[in-house]
This record gives sequence, C-alpha cells and structure tokens, in this order.
Amino acid sequence: MATVTVTLQDYKTSEKAWWCPGCGDFGVLAALQKALVELEIEPHNVAVVAGIGCSGKIGNYINAYNIHVTHGRTMPVALGLKLANRDLTVIAAGGDGDGYAIGMSHFLHAMRRNPDITYIVMDNRIYGLTKGQTSPTSQTGFETKSTPDGNLERPVQPIQLALAAGATYVAQGFSSNQKQLVRLIKGAIQHKGFALVNTFSPCVTFNKVNTYDWFKEHLVDLDEVPDYDPHDRVAAMRFVAEHDGLVTGLIYQEPESIPFEEKLPGLGRRPLAAQDLRPDKEKLQQILAQFR
Amino acid sequence: MREIVWKIGGEQGQGLDSTSDVFATVCSRLGYHVYAYKTFASRIKGGHTNFTVRVSTRRVLAPARHVHVLVVLDQEAVDRTIGDLVPGGLVLTDSSFTPDVPPGTNVISVPMIQIARELGNPVYRNMVAIGASAALLGIPLDGFRAYVADKFGRKGAEVVQGNIEALQRGFDIAREQAGDRVFALDRGDGKPRLLMTGNDATAIGAIAGGCRLVAAYPITPASEILEVAAKYLPKFGGAAVQMEDELSAVAVTIGAGFAGVRAMTSTSGPGISLMQENLGLASMTEIPMVVVDTQRGGPSTGMPTKHEQSDLMALIHGGHGEGPRIVLAPGTAEQIFYDTAMAFNLAENYHCPVIIASDLGLALWQQTVEDIDLDRIEIDRGPLADPAELEKLGREAFQRYAQTETGVSPRSLPGMKNGQYLATGAEHNVFGKVSEDPKNRKQMMDRRLRKIRKLELGGKPVPGLEVSGDDRPDVLLISFGSTIGACWEAADDLREQGLKVKVAQVRVLNPLPVAELQALVDEAGAAFTVENNATAQLAFLLRGNGLNGKPLRSVLKYDGTLMMADEIVAQVREALTVEGVRA
Repeated sequence: MATVTVTLQDYKTSEKAWWCPGCGDFGVLAALQKALVELEIEPHNVAVVAGIGCSGKIGNYINAYNIHVTHGRTMPVALGLKLANRDLTVIAAGGDGDGYAIGMSHFLHAMRRNPDITYIVMDNRIYGLTKGQTSPTSQTGFETKSTPDGNLERPVQPIQLALAAGATYVAQGFSSNQKQLVRLIKGAIQHKGFALVNTFSPCVTFNKVNTYDWFKEHLVDLDEVPDYDPHDRVAAMRFVAEHDGLVTGLIYQEPESIPFEEKLPGLGRRPLAAQDLRPDKEKLQQILAQFR
Repeated sequence: MREIVWKIGGEQGQGLDSTSDVFATVCSRLGYHVYAYKTFASRIKGGHTNFTVRVSTRRVLAPARHVHVLVVLDQEAVDRTIGDLVPGGLVLTDSSFTPDVPPGTNVISVPMIQIARELGNPVYRNMVAIGASAALLGIPLDGFRAYVADKFGRKGAEVVQGNIEALQRGFDIAREQAGDRVFALDRGDGKPRLLMTGNDATAIGAIAGGCRLVAAYPITPASEILEVAAKYLPKFGGAAVQMEDELSAVAVTIGAGFAGVRAMTSTSGPGISLMQENLGLASMTEIPMVVVDTQRGGPSTGMPTKHEQSDLMALIHGGHGEGPRIVLAPGTAEQIFYDTAMAFNLAENYHCPVIIASDLGLALWQQTVEDIDLDRIEIDRGPLADPAELEKLGREAFQRYAQTETGVSPRSLPGMKNGQYLATGAEHNVFGKVSEDPKNRKQMMDRRLRKIRKLELGGKPVPGLEVSGDDRPDVLLISFGSTIGACWEAADDLREQGLKVKVAQVRVLNPLPVAELQALVDEAGAAFTVENNATAQLAFLLRGNGLNGKPLRSVLKYDGTLMMADEIVAQVREALTVEGVRA
C-alpha cells in the first residue's frame, strides 16, 4: 500500500466553530484532528458519531464521515457503524450530560461488549447549551440554576465506573494539556477494543468553579507518577479513588483485549458493508426446507 | 367435509405445543391448508393453554369459532373450550380422566398414558392422542407414519417403531369407540406447503433481502425475529445482536445503515414508542433502515400476549415533527416474507425508515405458505454516489442532500473518498451543514416529504392495494394486516348469501393509496374498514388523507382476540339491514 500523507488541513472544514471563546472543546477538537493526522488515517475512513450539546457540535468541524445523533445514543450508533464496517476508525464524542446522564446505560453496555470504538467525553461538569444546569459529574453542593441550594447528589465517577464495567482502555485528559491528550487519543484509536478518553473541557461561561486554573491545581498527572502500572485494574481503581478521579493520563489498558466484532461468529474479515448481497439461494432453500 | 378444526387444551408445559406442531405439520405435508394458533397467558409454566389447528381444502388465515375434535387433558380445558364444540363434535380424553361434560357430549376415552407406558416411553402419549385424533377426523395415518420415520429416524428404529405403534393403537381404539360418528375430511390438493409463522417469514425474508445485521431487544410477540435471525444470519456472514433496550437497537441499525449495511430491528408497541426519536433521526438524516412492529394490545403494557392493530398512528405519525416513513402492511406469512425483502430496497431507494406493520396474529401463528420463489427477490441498492465522480469533486463539495426532482439524492458511504459529509438530525443544507435559514428549511422539508409521494422500484410502481372480488359490489371490505384473512373468508360467506363483495387489502399504509381506494368506495354499495382496534385508525387515516363521499363504516374488534369471519358477516349484515343498502 502506498504511503499517504495526511495533513491537519485535510481534517478541517470551512465551518467556523460555534463555541464560546476559550471553550475547552476547541482543545479536544484540535487534539482529535492531530491524533488522526499523526496516525496517518485518511478522513474518508473515519466516522465520528457526535452527541447532543455543545460538545456534540464537534462533528461539524471535522472533515470526516460525521453523524450527529439523538441525545445520549452515540454508543449504539457507533456500534452499528463498527459492526457494519470494521475497517473504519470509529470515534464517538459527546459531553458529560450526553454520555453519563441520558446515555449512561449505553455507556456501560458498550464497555461490557468492548467494540473497537474510541469514546471521547468532553466533561465540563455543567450543562452548557441549556445555559447552566447541574450535570451528572457536578460536585455535591455545586450551585446552578437547577440546584440553587447546591447539588444534593454525588457526582458520577466516570473513570471508576469504566474500570468497574470492564473497559479495556481507560484514559483521562485535560483539554489544555494538548501533548498528553493527543497521545491518549492516539492510544485509544490504536487500542483494539473500547477506549474511553474522559477529557476535562472547561466551560468558561457557566462553570465558575471548575475553571482551567482549578483543574491545573487539582489534577494529578500520571506521567509524573513514577512506577504507575496502567495494566493493573485494581491498583488503578485504588489510585483513582484516592485522588477523587482527578487524574490524567493512561489509567488502564488491557493488553489482550479482543473487540466484540471479532468475537461475533458470522462476521468475517471483510467488512459487512463490502459484502455481496445477492441471496445464496441454495442456503436459503435449505432453511426453508426446515418448515416442511 | 372441506374443513375440520382440532383443538387441544391443558396446562402450559404439558407438551401441548409439540403435539399441536406435529399435527399441523403433517396436515400441511398432506397438502391441506393449515392455520394453527394458541391461547396463552403472560407466564411461563402452569395456567391453561390451548392450541387450535384448522385444516382445510381452501386457504385459511383466520381462527375458527367451532371445533370438531377437542382433546382435553384436564377439567379446566373442558370448562374453557367445551362451548366451541360443534353439534356432533367429539371430546377426546385419556382414560384416567373422566371429564365433567354437558349431557349428550360424545366422549372418546383412550388409555393414552397406559399405552405409552406399555410402549416404554411416557412421551408416546402425544402420539397416541394424534393417532386417535386422526381417526376421529377422517385423516389416514400414512402421512403421520412418514413424518415419524423422517423426524425420528436418526434416533433409531426402536423409537420410530414405538411412535408408529402409539399412533396406530390410538387410531384403532378411537375408531372403534367412535364408530360412525367420525368426521370425514375431504382430500387436500396434495401440494406440500411450508408451515411458518410470520416471525419466521420476517427473519428469513430479511436475510433473503440482503439484511446482514439485526439488532433488537426481546419483546412479545417479536422475539422470534431476533432468535431466528441469530440462528441463520451467521451463515450469511451477518450477525444478530441483542441490545440493552429498544433505543440502542434502533440506533445500531441507523449506524449500520449510515455505513451502507442493510440493517433491521424488530419490536412491538412499547418498543416502537421508545424508538420514535430515532425514527425521526433516520428520516432527517435520510439513512435507510427497517423496523418491524409486531403490534399487540396497548397502550402501555396493555395485553402483551394478545392481538391488536392499534399502532398505525404511532407508525406513521409517531414522534415529534414531520418526516417521511414508508409503512408496509403485509397480511400473510407469504406476504411478509416478500415485503421484508422488499423493505430494504425501498429503504435504500427512498433513504428513510421503512416500517413493517405486523401484528400478533401474523407474527406468531403458523400458516401454510406456498413455495417461496427466491427468483422474485431482487437487490436494488438505490441512488449511490459514484466513487470516481467523488474523486473529481474535491473535498467539501459533495451535496449529500442535493435538491432533486424526486427528492432523493445519491448518498456516499464511509470509505468513499471526498464523500465525507455531516448527517445530522438538526436541519441542514444540501451539504449537511446545520442551517436554520427559513428558505432552506422549507426546501428541505418539501424535498424530504416529496420523496415518498409515490413508491416505485426499478421503474415499476409498488402496489399499495391488493383487490379481489366482484365488480360494483354491494359490500367493500377494506382491511390490512392479518385481519385480511377473516375478510377473505367473510367475503366468501357473504357471497354464498347472495351479495356481491369486494375486498381491498391495504398493503402500503404510508403513502396511503387514497385515489385507488376512492374509486373502490365510489363503486361500492357500502364500504367498511375491518380493523382490530377501538378507534378505527385505518378509517381515520383514509379520511385524513382526503377520502370522501359515502359514509365509511367500520367493523372493529379490540378484545385481544383475532377477527373471525362470522363476526364480519354479522356486523355487515346488520348494517345493511338497518340502513337498507342494496341487498
């Protein structure tokens, strides 16, 4: 196969991003585009499934096959894409509301199945597009328009959940740490199986607590933790819990992960999408004969 | 006699289903038309159940009111079914059980359990019952013997011999006891047919039509579609996936459809409600996909194991906003086989969801099907972008949603260079970019709705109606789904009473063939819709789509059971008498 040169320009669209100036999602977009370029994947072989919310607009700004779906349903749409064409690089992207509120069940079941999908969650701990209500990852006591007396609930802990649900690649990034985020997304795409990249992506308009500075102050960077072993699930759980989930880097990766689509008995090496659909009459007749 | 009805009743889990299955299968092999159905409750074991098999020399696709031979295994079965027995009908029991029956009932008592014990296997009891039934119904044993040899041959000569012995002893004892009270079924045409449920036909029809991915969540009465697909799809390089819920099931089919794979989901009422938002997404993004809705009693949990046809509004108009959907309405297992195969062609030609409106009666009950002609099945992938043309276009130039005369614009598939676009549920322009410009909105809406004004495949119209019967009829019956079987039968009966009758089966519920129906209504003395719902949804749709003229009456049934021919006859006659319409 001839080598292809993929440039950042290939992944840009003429669309100007409709995010507030300073939004963390710009960093996630840039990191995803950079990761795809560095992996030399051509845009027509990439499918991005985006959710609803500010983060869900990411598909408007990537020159790839994009599908912008119903709220919370990125996981099953991405699964359908991957089952249909395993040669595609399938990226699902959405926010904490999309993934961890309305889409929580699909998130858990996707990890249970382990299809070869990269899932990037832009986690800003607030609802931006509906103008500032509490989110599943908002801290207890967090005051928003929908929780004027402070959030009474405990936050969802996506990383702990992913580790418990059997995810085979669990990473967490910070949109302003581009170098690390690009590396994590590249690792996720290369990983054979389901890969979560939960990414702190500050909302500069509505979240006045979890700001860039706040994250910088609280995040522990695993790249700076000596002897951290990303292949020990139990140790990873303990480490993440001890740091209240505020850890960035590759948290866990299962080396011998086999993707769901490779386990399905009927699916051969050739993508389903490339199959000849003319019915095999002999086989069909054999099946029909069983009804005689 | 040109038709006999056999019924077996007892407790769920007593092996009644396999007994019924053997009886129905052999009758089908003998060249009879068969319709077999059961009454069941939403529980797994215990509780009363009964199976009915209609065996006829004519096509039968509806339940019958009267039973000729009733096999009862317990008193509850007697109490629940004895009223169905025709005068002169026979009740068959095991000798160990003395049923409490009305005076004058002919009871044939055969020591089924004892014979089975003597032959060394308690399962032979069923074969004794079948042999005895054959004797009472006037069906020779040859076909049953051949079936036993065929099905149990692998288990060895001893098993075959045991079964045949059981059949024969049951036959002989019943024959002797019944004397000249036995029935005599006319010979069938001897043409062997397939005995299938609508769910079997749906799953296999889908595979024949190129479906390679089924994603579904189990629900009564649709589960078998997923099960049959799971059994056979891998042999065709495809897969069936059980999803966590209906929202994900429909979403998987959208993802696969976007990627160019023919995908289907199957569900029933509650699942259709959950899928509505994603059906809107498929309409808006113009992604082909197929959904089967096996309607059951609603709303809410309603009656999961009972029949109804009350999802029409949900299938055509459900969800928010307005978007195109094609809704097909097959009425027989044979029709649903071909319709499901065709649904994928329609989905890929019109780039929208295609819904197959099945119902419990069609989905679950066995019926004889004429040999399937696989040569009739064609694969037509619809308007696709040409990869060579795309290469020349350059990037960001492909108009996925281009304005065209038909409204359908060629689609690109992931992997095609320069075919990249955004498929979004948000309103968008010709490139797929989000747009809320009023002029664009109107153009896009018009184009999407224009797509399905009339349906064609390969330049030929897809018939929305199937019409049979007399010209200038006194009575026109308009129906859809499995209810059509009772209509065809009622038409025959009304004709025997001297009326001219025409039956119009609506095969496409959206777009509704209103002009054709208008012509039929205009020439008829009186027009009826025949529907298993309380609010006459088909009549409402006809009126809403502009049907006018004489009043449209409706024969309705919504007690959870299927329509029977005599109910249609009675209601039609009553309406005619009251209003003095011709006849």
